[in-house]
Amino acid sequence: MQVPAPFEYERATSVDHALALLERHGPEARVIAGGHSLLPMMKLRLARPEMLIDINDLSDLDYIKIDSGEIAVGAMTRHVSILDSALLAEHYSIFREAEKVIADPIVRNRGTIGGSFCQADPSEDLSAVGAALRATMVIRSSSGTRTVAARDFHDGPYQTLVGPAEMLVEIRFPIRPGSGSAYEKVERRAGDWAIAAAGTFVRLDGDTVADCGIGLTAVGVEHFACGAAEDFLRGKQATADNIAAAGQICHDAADPQADQRGPVDYKRHLARELVTRALTRSAARARGEKV
Amino acid sequence: MTVTEEAPLSPAGNPMGFGRMIRKEDARFLRGQGNYVDDVNLPGMLHGAILRSPYAHARIVSIDTSAAEAHPKVKAVITGKILETLKLAWMPTLSYDVQSVLCTDKVRFQGQEVAFVVAEDRYSARDALELIEVEYEPLPTVFDARHALDADAPIIRDDLDGRTDNKIYDWEAGDKAKCDEVFANAEVVVKQSMIYPRVHPAPLETCGSVASMDKVTGQLTVWTTTQAPHAHRTLYALVAGLPEHKIRIISPDIGGGFGNKVGIYPGYVCAVVGSILTGKPVKWMEDRSENLMSTSFARDYHMTGEIAATKDGKMLGLRVDVLADHGAFNGVAQPTKYPAGFFHLFTGSYDYPVAHCNVRAVYTNKAPGGVAYACSFRITEAAFLVERMVDCLAFELKMDPAELRMKNLLRPEQFPYTTPTGWEYDSGDYPRALKEAMRIAGYDELRREQAEKRAAGETMGIGISFFTEGVGAGPRKHMDILGLGMADGCELRIHPTGKAQLRISVQSQGQGHETTFAQIVSHELGIPPEDIEVIHGDTDNTPFGLGTYGSRSTPVSGAAAAVVARRIKDKAKIIAAAALECSVDDLEWEHGRWFVKGDHDKGQTIQESAFAAHGTLELPEGVEGHLDASVVYDPPNLTYPFGAYIAVVDVDMGTGHVKVRRFIAVDDCGPRINPMIVEGQVHGGLADGVGMALMEVMAFDENGNHLGGSFMDYLLPTSMECPSWELGETVTPSPHHPIGAKGVGESATVGSPAAIVNAVLDALQIRHAEMPLTPAVVWRAIQGNPLDRPDLAIE
Ligand SMILES: Cc1cc2nc3c(=O)[nH]c(=O)nc-3n(C[C@H](O)[C@H](O)[C@H](O)COP(=O)(O)OP(=O)(O)OC[C@H]3O[C@@H](n4cnc5c(N)ncnc54)[C@H](O)[C@@H]3O)c2cc1C
Repeated sequence: MQVPAPFEYERATSVDHALALLERHGPEARVIAGGHSLLPMMKLRLARPEMLIDINDLSDLDYIKIDSGEIAVGAMTRHVSILDSALLAEHYSIFREAEKVIADPIVRNRGTIGGSFCQADPSEDLSAVGAALRATMVIRSSSGTRTVAARDFHDGPYQTLVGPAEMLVEIRFPIRPGSGSAYEKVERRAGDWAIAAAGTFVRLDGDTVADCGIGLTAVGVEHFACGAAEDFLRGKQATADNIAAAGQICHDAADPQADQRGPVDYKRHLARELVTRALTRSAARARGEKV
Repeated sequence: MTVTEEAPLSPAGNPMGFGRMIRKEDARFLRGQGNYVDDVNLPGMLHGAILRSPYAHARIVSIDTSAAEAHPKVKAVITGKILETLKLAWMPTLSYDVQSVLCTDKVRFQGQEVAFVVAEDRYSARDALELIEVEYEPLPTVFDARHALDADAPIIRDDLDGRTDNKIYDWEAGDKAKCDEVFANAEVVVKQSMIYPRVHPAPLETCGSVASMDKVTGQLTVWTTTQAPHAHRTLYALVAGLPEHKIRIISPDIGGGFGNKVGIYPGYVCAVVGSILTGKPVKWMEDRSENLMSTSFARDYHMTGEIAATKDGKMLGLRVDVLADHGAFNGVAQPTKYPAGFFHLFTGSYDYPVAHCNVRAVYTNKAPGGVAYACSFRITEAAFLVERMVDCLAFELKMDPAELRMKNLLRPEQFPYTTPTGWEYDSGDYPRALKEAMRIAGYDELRREQAEKRAAGETMGIGISFFTEGVGAGPRKHMDILGLGMADGCELRIHPTGKAQLRISVQSQGQGHETTFAQIVSHELGIPPEDIEVIHGDTDNTPFGLGTYGSRSTPVSGAAAAVVARRIKDKAKIIAAAALECSVDDLEWEHGRWFVKGDHDKGQTIQESAFAAHGTLELPEGVEGHLDASVVYDPPNLTYPFGAYIAVVDVDMGTGHVKVRRFIAVDDCGPRINPMIVEGQVHGGLADGVGMALMEVMAFDENGNHLGGSFMDYLLPTSMECPSWELGETVTPSPHHPIGAKGVGESATVGSPAAIVNAVLDALQIRHAEMPLTPAVVWRAIQGNPLDRPDLAIE
C-alpha cells in the first residue's frame, strides 16, 4: 500500500471558511476537491502538503446555470455532472465529447472542473475546452473576487494564477448562438490521458467563419490554445482546404515532448489531424448538420 | 472418453460431474469475504517495508540506519550486513543462480531491495524508509539486451567467480546442419526480427506475506502469495536451513498469479527474518509500484526467425535466433533441463521437416524473472514467433494466410507426432479447429468486406493465429524444478455420511479449482459437487506437489483427482459386494451406485458404501476399513491443447488507433469440465492478448529508469478495448489423460497476441511492426518510419 507523508486535515464548511483556513495555514496548505490528481501525487510522495482543506462539503459550488447571458459552472461541479448536463449539451457539443473520454466513471464521479483547471496538468482535457471556448475564471479570496481569462489562467505546467490564499470558485463560458463545437482525442486506452486532443468551436456567418476557438492539450501549445490558427480562419470560408491549413498552423505551433505516448512528430501530426477533424465537425454542426 | 450422456442433477441443482455450475468459491468472493494474505492480522503483528534502490546500477558506499532506528515505532532495521551474519544475504533462484535478498555490494536494477524496516504499523514503516541514508556510487548501466554482450558493457554479475561478460547461457535445440542445408536450397527464405517486449503479469493482488516464528516450538508459519506452497516450504528449508517439518506455508485466497507468484521474493525472506529477530509476526505487502518494478516480469525476447519454403507455400524449415533478457539475476522458474523453457516448441502447429533454435540469455540492469504472465514456459514467445513468421511468408508469397496455414498444418493422421525438436504431440485435429474458427468468423465474407472497404478508402484487417501448447509439466523423468519432480499428490476421504474431502497439491489463484476438482470427483463417483470440499493451499493439510502454473493443474492434479476417485470407486465396489453378498464381478456401475447386474434394484450407493466402510460390515481378507485413498500422479506426457483464433480490427489511418472489432477463439482443451470456467479463462487470456498486442510494455529510459511503475503508465486493457468474445470449441481428448482433459489456463494468452498483430498488419498491408501497437507505433509504421526503439516508444 502506498501511503502519503503525514499531513493535517480539516473539512471546510463554507467558501469563507476554506479561505480563512488557507490564510491561516499558509502556502503548505492545499484544498482537496475530487482528490483524483492530488491523492495519487501524495501517495507517491511527489506532493507533500502539510495541511489538507477538504472542500467537498461546499455544495454551493456545485452548479451549472445560465447567469447574465453566460453559462456559469461552479468549481465543485463533478465531471459526471458536466457529462450529463442537458444545458451544456444544448449550447456546446464539446463538453459531452470531452467528458466522455476523460478518465473513467470512477474518476468522473469525484473529479471536479475546478480541480482539473487548478491541477494545470499539461494534458488536462478541460483546460483545452476552456481555452477553446475562451472561458473566464472566477477567483476568490477573503478580500474579494477577481476574474482571469482562461487563456491567462495557466502559468506553465502545474502552475496557475490562483494564489496561496485564493480559490477558483466558478468558470464562465460565453454563449454563442449558431455555433458548433467538437472534441477529438487520441488515447492509448480508454481512461488514459491524451496523447493529444483538440477542442474547437466555429460560428458561421453564411459559410464564412465569423468566429472560432481552437484548444489543444498535451502538445505543448501555450495556454492550451492556438490563436494563430484562429486568426487565419476567421473571415475565411469554412472549406476543407482552409480548415486543413488551420490544422497545419497548429502542427507548426505544437511543441510536444516525446514520451511513452509517442514521439514528437506523431504528436505534432495529431495536433493537425485532430484540429482538422474537430473544426470540420464544428463547422458542420454550425450549419445545423447532425454529426 | 467424453461424456455425452446427461447425468442427473444434484440436490442443489449442480451437474453430477461435468457441466456449467456456479463456482463454489464465488459465494465468499461475491460477498467480499475472501481471505487474502493482507486480510491476515495476528495479535502483536508488526509491519515491514522495503527500501529500494533508485539506481539501476550503483555501488553502495554506506548505509546509515541510525535515524530510522530512532523512530519511536520502529522495531528493527535489517540490511544486507545483518543478513550476511545469518547467511541469508543471497538466496538461490529457481534456475541455479543466486539473487540478492538485501544488497551487500551493489544494486543491479532500479527497485532492488536495500533495507527492510519493521515497525508497529505500516505507515511508520514507510515513514522510516525516508530516514535511512544510503550513499550510492552510480555505475554504467546496460538495460538493452542487444548491448549486454558488447565488449565495453559493464559486468553486472561480478559477484560470481570468474565472470567476464553478461552471458547466462547459450542453448540450442534441433538439427542445425540439416536445417542449414534445407535453407541453402530453398526457393524462398523469409527472415524477420521481432521483439516480444518486457511485460508484467500485474495480478490485482500484489505479493506479500505474513511470517510468524514461534520461538518456543520452532514452528514457522508463513501466509504468503504463492502459486506453489509446497515448493516454497522446501525452498525455505533449503534457504534458511529451517527443519522442513516445522515450516507451514499457507496460501490463502490469491488475487491472481499468472506466474508472478511462483518464485520467492526478497520481501518474503525479510518478513521471516523480521519475525525471527523481533519475536513477533511480521506482515509485508508490496505496493503496486513495487510489484510492477521488482517482481517477475515476462518475455523480453528479441527473436529473429527464418522460414524456408517452396514458392507455392510448402514450409520446409524454421530456424530462430533468440536473445533473451533475464534481468540482473537468472530467476526464471522452469524445468531444469530447459533453460529457455519450452520455447523449442516453436514449430507450433505446422509440419516443418526441420527446425533449429538458438537462445542466448543475458544479464541486464533490470528486474529478474522471465517466465510469467500465463506463458506456458515460453510457449507464448514461441507461438508468437511462428505465427508472425507464417504471416510474413504469406505476405511475401501474396497468399491468403488461412490458405497458407491450411496447407501446412499437421494433419490428424500424423498424430502422435514428434516435432523436429523432440516434442511428442499426443493428439490433435488442427484443420477442423481452423475451419470452425473461419466458419464462425465468416472468413470469406470478411475478406469481401475488406476489399470493399479498401476500395472506399477505409482500413480493416483480419488476423489469424493457430497455436499448439504443451502443458501439464510434467513427467518426472524429464521435468523438475531445483531437483523437485513435477508429479502431484492427491488425497480423497469419503466421510461416513458420504461427504468428501479432496486434498490437492495445486493452488488456485482464481481459476476455480474448488469447483473444477469437485466436479472431477463428482463425475467419477456420482457424489454431488456440493458434497465435496476441495482443500488446497496449506502445506500441513495437503499432499506434496509443485503448484499451479504452466496450465498444469488439470493435466496433472486433475488427473490425480480422477485416479484417486477411481481407487475409491474400486474399493466401494469391494464393500458393496460384501454388503450385497455377491462377487465384485457381478456388479455394474451407474451414477454414484454399484448394483447387481440384471437386478437393478439391488445395489449400494457410494454414500451407503462409505457408511458401511466405516461400520461393522465384515470386509474381505486384506481390505482395510474406511473409504480413503491417496495417489501421486506422474504424467506420462504433457497435454497439447490447441486453438484457432481470428481477430478483426479497424484502423484509423489518420491517428493510428486500432479498434478490435471482433475476436473469434476456437479452443480445443479436450472435454470441458466446467465450460463456464473454461470460457472465463479464455476471456481473461484474450484480454491479456489485447493488452500485449496494443498497449502493454515495461519501458525504461536511457538511465535504466523504469517508466511503468503504476497503472497510469503500465497500461492494462479495459472492457472498452475488448470486443464481445466469440468462442467456439472442438474436442480432441488427450489419449493419456484419465479424463482426456488438457490445460486451458494460458491458451488464450499464448494464442491471441499474434492474431491481433497479424490483423493490424493485414490492415496496413505492412509485413511487420513491433508490439505494442500503440497509436504512435502504428502511425509511424504507416509512415514507413518505424520507431527505432518500439519497446521504449520514445525518441
Ligand atoms: C486514472 C485517472 C485518469 C485520469 N484521466 C484524465 C484524463 O484523461 N483527462 C483529464 O483531463 N483528466 C484526467 N484525470 C484527472 C481528473 O480529471 C481529475 O479529477 C482532475 O484533474 C482533478 O480534479 P479533482 O477535483 O480530482 O482535483 P484534486 O485532485 O482534488 O485537486 C487538484 C489540484 O487542484 C487544486 N484545487 C482543486 N480545487 C480547487 C479550487 N476550487 N481552487 C483552487 N485549487 C483547487 C488542489 O489543491 C490540487 O492542487 C485522471 C485522473 C485519474 C486518477
